[in-house]
Amino acid sequence: MNFDMLAMQAFTGLSVFTILMLMALGLAIVFGLMGVINMAHGELMAMGAYTTYGVALLFETYFPNAMGVYFLIGIVLAFFVTFAFGYLLERGLIRFLYQRPLDTMLATWGLSLILQQIYRQFINAKEVEVPTVAWLQGTWQATETLSFPLSRIFIIGLAIVTSVLVYLLLFRTRWGLRIRAVTQNRAISGAVGINTERVDAFTFALGCGLAGIAGSSFTMLASTGPVTGQAYIVDTFIVVVFGGVESLLGTIASAFLIGQMQSWFEFFMSGSMARASILLLVIVVLYFRPNGLFATKVRR
Amino acid sequence: MSSAKFTAKSTGLWEFVNRYAMVILAVLLLAVIPLSLGIFRLGLAAKYLSFGFCAVGIVLIWGYGGILSLGQGVFFGLGSYMMAMFLKLEAASNADSSSSTALSAFFGQAGLPDFMSWNSVEKLPWWWEPFHHIWFTIPAIVILPAALAFVLAYANFRKRVGPVYFSIITLALSGIMAIMIIGQQGYTGGINGITDFKTFLGIDLDLDNAKVVMYYVTAGLLLLSVFIGRFILKSRLGKVLVAIRDREDRVRFSGYDPAMFKAFIFAVAAVFSSIGGAMFTMQVGLASPSLVGIVPSIEMVIYAAVGGRLSLVGAVYGTLVVSYAKTFFSENFVQYWLYFIGALFVIVVMFLPGGLASLMDKFRSGKKQVENLKSPVGKKLESETQ
Repeated sequence: MNFDMLAMQAFTGLSVFTILMLMALGLAIVFGLMGVINMAHGELMAMGAYTTYGVALLFETYFPNAMGVYFLIGIVLAFFVTFAFGYLLERGLIRFLYQRPLDTMLATWGLSLILQQIYRQFINAKEVEVPTVAWLQGTWQATETLSFPLSRIFIIGLAIVTSVLVYLLLFRTRWGLRIRAVTQNRAISGAVGINTERVDAFTFALGCGLAGIAGSSFTMLASTGPVTGQAYIVDTFIVVVFGGVESLLGTIASAFLIGQMQSWFEFFMSGSMARASILLLVIVVLYFRPNGLFATKVRR
Repeated sequence: MSSAKFTAKSTGLWEFVNRYAMVILAVLLLAVIPLSLGIFRLGLAAKYLSFGFCAVGIVLIWGYGGILSLGQGVFFGLGSYMMAMFLKLEAASNADSSSSTALSAFFGQAGLPDFMSWNSVEKLPWWWEPFHHIWFTIPAIVILPAALAFVLAYANFRKRVGPVYFSIITLALSGIMAIMIIGQQGYTGGINGITDFKTFLGIDLDLDNAKVVMYYVTAGLLLLSVFIGRFILKSRLGKVLVAIRDREDRVRFSGYDPAMFKAFIFAVAAVFSSIGGAMFTMQVGLASPSLVGIVPSIEMVIYAAVGGRLSLVGAVYGTLVVSYAKTFFSENFVQYWLYFIGALFVIVVMFLPGGLASLMDKFRSGKKQVENLKSPVGKKLESETQ
């Protein structure tokens, strides 16, 4: 094993990391800040992917000249579609279940099954591919022997931009302040005049919107099918739990760790066994750190 | 048993149903179903009933223990695969019962299951060896899942892992189990599972008589499980369990070890599931990763939820109803099945957290009971239906 292989391996881990992170960030907001377990998160990711696919089709038919920018529009649109869906979901279903986290899991699982069937029946039962835009085809030749696909670099950039935006939103804006206030003490937040219900809906929708962005960037790495979301949901949960539920930074770090592990383990064993051993490893680690790797110590 | 208030009218029938729920279930399972169904439908009913074991276990751990396991498929799969290993070895060593044995014999690997030969596994792995013997297999079906479940649950609950975390851990476990089974094709049969066996201790499992007997064994064991569950819940152990579910801290401060109680009940549920898995394999002739993974594991929860998470008897009805619906949909319009089950999850959780059993409570008390949505489980103990 030489330096090139090491770098390649680390880079592969990095791209697994970006998808996991984008997925997990949304989930961590919903799960960590609100205590809601959204099992339909994977299907929201698929919704984002399908939105991007739809935008691609639209551009192919009506504005073939502007194909270069369709992907950027696809990302933004994916965010807004899933954001809107998340908002409706919160108002229509989730808000009745805040006191019953285990029941939320079941209800959102039911929703995920319905969404899967909708994708299968009304979009395409087979997996769909999104064309890669021209300026993301090709590779970046780092050294003589080392080249990185541009699309993956773009996703890494997107992940960084998204996480910075989320950070700014949560810690530098009025909305973020309200979200954090409600997370810490719902009753007092309500008492000082924060509309906690609106904050809940907004926060949930934000988490869903992030899933949409994750799905949108996912289309560049793989094709999207009705059960794409389900394939990722457990891994995403594990990332959030592993990182420690209340810490967004922990989520990012744990996505990084798991992404790298996935890439390195696959070097030594088959892909499925790598996944199984990572999950097992995380369960063992959780035994020693039940609140996740980066949880703040709280007396319970 | 119930402190629901009598109103003069319309309570007689429902009170009767409630009081003799166990007897009615026994009559239904042991007389009505076997007498009214043909042999094919009876086989289906037996298949449903083997999932009923999981549902009964889920009522115990979820309804009364407050532990939502999304990994009962793991234990169902353990039982199922252990039984399949025994049956497969019998098929492989019995030259007449399996057509593929001739092939293995030809390659000089008599006694080796066919899928191992296909995957060029030369020698029976050591952990397959003990499953030659029925007197190892049957105790293993009970003891192994119990031990695994107990260790897993005790370790986690001793560390005070919360309910949501534990659910996710069980979810991950069922994912791991399915991945491992599919990945280790040479040892487990991979995605196809273990199948193609026809005899159990020399008895042909395809005979009608054998099917009827197996139905009765399954129904009998299921009734026994419900009975054991009732016994546990009525004992002092059951009371402590409910107390832990509602106020774990107070129970801990009173000097109990909640982890021990929760681990015990989790192990009981695991044993039930494992027995269900073993009976399933004997009757359907298959052990498959598709019954182990995340989707089937969560589906088992809906069986219990539809029947009523506080009702052991209801869990059996819930299993029968949902499984029957599944068969109905897959025979008629398969594309609507996911809509149906998805909607079922949402509707039961939103509007009927107590399941069918709570519906009966409403009839019984003659008026609509106020559902306490904040803690549907905790506040409804007086009116529990078993």
